[in-house]
Amino acid sequence: MRLTNHGRLIAKNRPVHFTFNGKRMRGYRGDTLASALLANDQILLGRSFKYHRPRGLVASGAEEPNALVELGRGDRQEPNHRVTQVELIDGLVARSQNHWPSLEFDVGVINSKLSRFLPAGFYYKTFIQPRAFWKHVYEPIIRKSAGLGAAPETADDHSYEHFNITVDVLVIGGGISGLAATLAAARAGARVLLVEQTAAWGGRATVDQPRIDGQDAQDWIDDTLAALATMPNVTLRNRTQGAGVYDHGYALCNEQLTDHLTQSDGPRQRLWRVRAGQIITATGAIERPLSFAYNDVPGVLMASALRDYVVNYGVAVGERTVLVTNNDDAYRTAIALVDAGLSVPAVLDARAVAGGELVERARARGIRVETGKAIAAVQGGKRVTGVRVCDQVGDGTVTEEIACDCVAMSGGWSPVVHLWSHCGGKLIWDDTQAMFRPDPNRPPLGADGAGFVRAAGTANGHLYTAESVADGFAAGKQAARALGFDKKVGAVPQGDCAVEDPMEPVWLMPANASYDKRAKMWLDYQNDVKVTDVQLAAQEGFESVEHAKRYTTLGMATDQGKLSNINGLATLAASLDKAIPEVGTTTFRPPYTPLPLAAITGVARDHLFQPVRKTPIYDWHDDNGADFEPVGQWRRPYAYPRGSETVHDAVMREVTNTRENVGLLDASTLGKLIVKGPDAGKFLDMMYTNMMSNLAVGKCRYGLMCSENGFLIDDGVVARIDDDTWLCHTTTGGADRIHAHMEDWLQCEWWDWQVYVANVTEQYAQFAVVGPKARRLLQTIGGMTLTKDALPFMQWTEGRLGDFDARVFRISFSGELSYEVAVPASQGPAFWDALLAAGEPLGVMPYGTEALHIMRAEKGFIMIGDETDGTVIPQDLNLHWAISKKKTDFLGKRGQLRDHMQDPGRWKLVGLETLDGSVLADGAYAPEDGANANGQRRVQGRVTSTYHSPTLGRGIAMGLVRNGPNRMGEVITFTKEGGGTQDARIVDPVFYDKDGEKQNV
Amino acid sequence: MSERVSALRNRETGGSVQVRDAGLRGMITLRGDLSNGKLASVVKSVTGLKLPACNGVVQDGDTGIAWMSPDELLVMVAYDDVPEALDKIAKALSGQHHLAVNVSDARSVMLLQGSFVREVVAKLAPVDLHPDVWQPGQIIRSRLGQVAAAFWLVDEATVQVICFRSVADYAFDLLAASAKAGPVGHFARGT
Repeated sequence: MRLTNHGRLIAKNRPVHFTFNGKRMRGYRGDTLASALLANDQILLGRSFKYHRPRGLVASGAEEPNALVELGRGDRQEPNHRVTQVELIDGLVARSQNHWPSLEFDVGVINSKLSRFLPAGFYYKTFIQPRAFWKHVYEPIIRKSAGLGAAPETADDHSYEHFNITVDVLVIGGGISGLAATLAAARAGARVLLVEQTAAWGGRATVDQPRIDGQDAQDWIDDTLAALATMPNVTLRNRTQGAGVYDHGYALCNEQLTDHLTQSDGPRQRLWRVRAGQIITATGAIERPLSFAYNDVPGVLMASALRDYVVNYGVAVGERTVLVTNNDDAYRTAIALVDAGLSVPAVLDARAVAGGELVERARARGIRVETGKAIAAVQGGKRVTGVRVCDQVGDGTVTEEIACDCVAMSGGWSPVVHLWSHCGGKLIWDDTQAMFRPDPNRPPLGADGAGFVRAAGTANGHLYTAESVADGFAAGKQAARALGFDKKVGAVPQGDCAVEDPMEPVWLMPANASYDKRAKMWLDYQNDVKVTDVQLAAQEGFESVEHAKRYTTLGMATDQGKLSNINGLATLAASLDKAIPEVGTTTFRPPYTPLPLAAITGVARDHLFQPVRKTPIYDWHDDNGADFEPVGQWRRPYAYPRGSETVHDAVMREVTNTRENVGLLDASTLGKLIVKGPDAGKFLDMMYTNMMSNLAVGKCRYGLMCSENGFLIDDGVVARIDDDTWLCHTTTGGADRIHAHMEDWLQCEWWDWQVYVANVTEQYAQFAVVGPKARRLLQTIGGMTLTKDALPFMQWTEGRLGDFDARVFRISFSGELSYEVAVPASQGPAFWDALLAAGEPLGVMPYGTEALHIMRAEKGFIMIGDETDGTVIPQDLNLHWAISKKKTDFLGKRGQLRDHMQDPGRWKLVGLETLDGSVLADGAYAPEDGANANGQRRVQGRVTSTYHSPTLGRGIAMGLVRNGPNRMGEVITFTKEGGGTQDARIVDPVFYDKDGEKQNV
Repeated sequence: MSERVSALRNRETGGSVQVRDAGLRGMITLRGDLSNGKLASVVKSVTGLKLPACNGVVQDGDTGIAWMSPDELLVMVAYDDVPEALDKIAKALSGQHHLAVNVSDARSVMLLQGSFVREVVAKLAPVDLHPDVWQPGQIIRSRLGQVAAAFWLVDEATVQVICFRSVADYAFDLLAASAKAGPVGHFARGT
């Protein structure tokens, strides 16, 4: 209900309309969805996860566990919004979650009646047997009932962005301590970013209105904000939540940009990726619930939250509110309610004595204060109708019943230590205030071993204004000083507020509550975890707090236990007869509240999801029907299907045409590294297994590269450009990797060798012109003499080919007469067109990577990544000829001398020919009799490459087989996809033109 | 002469921060001993400019020099002047260990122009672009989204970006999306 003359944040002349479950409702600008729902007397807002119990608002901020709704429709639908964090806008559409058929009548509530049969660990106990039931029976049912809101069915059409920023000091939390910290750090000269998760600055002080520097808190806040706004080294961002703190001063803050606007363009959220020298967490504190029977009935909420609703939004939950507390702070709520003209029939204070300043103020207003009292049970179903009162000491004998429609509770305060803890900040137990607070001696440590996070204010355990604001100021100053900023920061702000008596921890209400009562005391509202569940977990041996959490699901809901954790672990501690600090806390992990995946993704979606590397003639491929395949981040044409042709048929055609006429391949992706210097030859002799230093200028040589362990990592053709320059071709995937590999050795091991490496991969468009008519094609373009004598096999030359600056390599990966021609990338499209035009009368066709693979396999050429997998040495591939025996050393030489590498039983490369001409399955194993030490079927080999060869008209394959080269002619059996086996004969891997006559014409 | 095209083929966007292809630019990767007087003088003879300091970039029309690493410069000349510049460098540094290669076609150059260029880049690059730290004359080698890039302020409202040719479309689209999303309002007054 709405109160007159209250609500400092709302504009009563600006009505706003919205719907909840289709019902039209009215609120005001400045309302949150939570306050607007209360104004419309909508107390029932959702259903709990397990028992489908009615749920109402408990809190007023990020910690709200109950009031989750789905917002928006269609491509803007999003589940699990906390209504407390949703700013009301005109036309807002909200729906409650987790009920069927309706919020008012939910059949799932039957689970509540069965709660005796749904104890903690129910799922683990019930669904373990029979095993086979899990996949087909249990899991589908559980999946259906799991989750609160429904996942959106269409893609989110908002945009999101990231923003990178480096600051000296990041302050998280815009309450008085955060403001004071910012002021101090900024005055010292540091660059400061201050973020606040809500729309309003000032935190709780704006509601409780203590005095700072002789002013009302609000005035001090306004003045401070005004001062900060004039400082060029300060950035203030509200609606921006400090989501996570990570190593090296990295933090994520998520800014809400448009949800509070009716109309907007631009991104919906901005994820600030902050690199900070020092981080100050001024994140405040969260009030704790009390564990009494039926503390989950709608209408029971936190005392501070109720105060927020009354003061900020002028709304209340009911006319008559009973307060139950163990501390003085809650009396502020009683006073605020009475001042707003509402009735407070009683304050039940669990402490034996209550005499602080606030208590006396309450008494002075005529509020009935009952000390030593507790709630035995809340009455009501979908809404509070009254409370039964009992003594706190004892088992709950009812002394009185009080009719009321709202219960405000306060079990004390817990500092928000999440961001302090994300990166390893440790906590200490404060016995006086019964809270975990940051241990200043064990902060998260940076790379230099020094702490980089400071907790400040209430988040640091200072619940009172004077200490809190002074602590914030000190934290700001110290953070700036730690970074070397030494300007004067001025005087510490002086806070002043009511003097309070100490709180008294109450973990169970009443102290000796019976089982029946404890079974109705909710710890975790969202996941329905009760005091008895935690006690059962302890009883069943789940003593570690992390185990108890997972067994009971305490704190595993979307609110991550912001309200429930402390009460849960106090209950666990009591059950184990241990002190609370001995039990400890569960791990605090980012983000503080759930972030949309879209915010984390940022702009990296759709066509910007991943970079696609394009060759100079990518557009031509795309325009001419290329069927692309990813090769690293490149997209390479797999084949170019024509008309109704299948991809397979296209590949067959491309191979045949290349073997009979002439084919063109876009080989631009192959790595090209220039290696130059007086020591370049010596260096390449170390890099490659064979000799490169003695390669003559103008000649090419195929080379192998191994890792230190001797495993084959790359191959390619090396060309000697001049006396001290070599051009090393790598595989497509190897360009960056091998460049880095070379730089690694040059920078870290052989730093005194005079060698420079440059990666010029993308400088060139490089095309392979392949087939018996390749020479005729190039001669048609003209300008260079490319006869057998002028440019023999494995040589290169350069000059003007037609209109183009060309370097021509006479190399072949197909077994055909073949040239690879490199031109500057900017000339690539024109050169490709020229090749196609000149080749037209010769029947030229482009071919893709699959035709390339088939042709190389027909020739028995290996492919890095097919025949190698990181465990294969060149000797396994019968490449002894490419391993120098003269060299004293090369990378991998020593590795290849190890026993296992010399084992005659290693799997070695052979050709495989099926007996019936069919194609072997890719990756198929060759099983043999018997089992290995692990009881697994023994295998003797596997297929590494397998294709249908149109040239030979049958399946061909290569594989690694134990002792293979010595077993020529033997027939072994391979597995088949979908079961069964296939016989294949071990043969020579060179299936086509073994003497190499075709490439040598 | 055959037709020559840049990777971006003159693409450009509108909007308050414009992204456009800078076209074919001549670029030479020069590795060597940067403290060597001959190197400095030959670079000066091809660009008319003095060597920049660490992390620096100097530019004058078509020519420029960017410091890329302790032993690497990017020498910028007009696209057609590269062969001549390479000849000059080879002659001047003959007998001295160095490497000079034409990388004009291995790169794509873009220009961003408008009121909030810093923020357009800051959305994509994990580096400090605050005016206290980044001013015209300083080159940054970092990344834009998921690709490597180098960039510098030509003036307060203009950023020149160099990335690898194969990812030019990605980088362009990324910068265009960043510009289209509008300013963050973080870096003070029009920067």
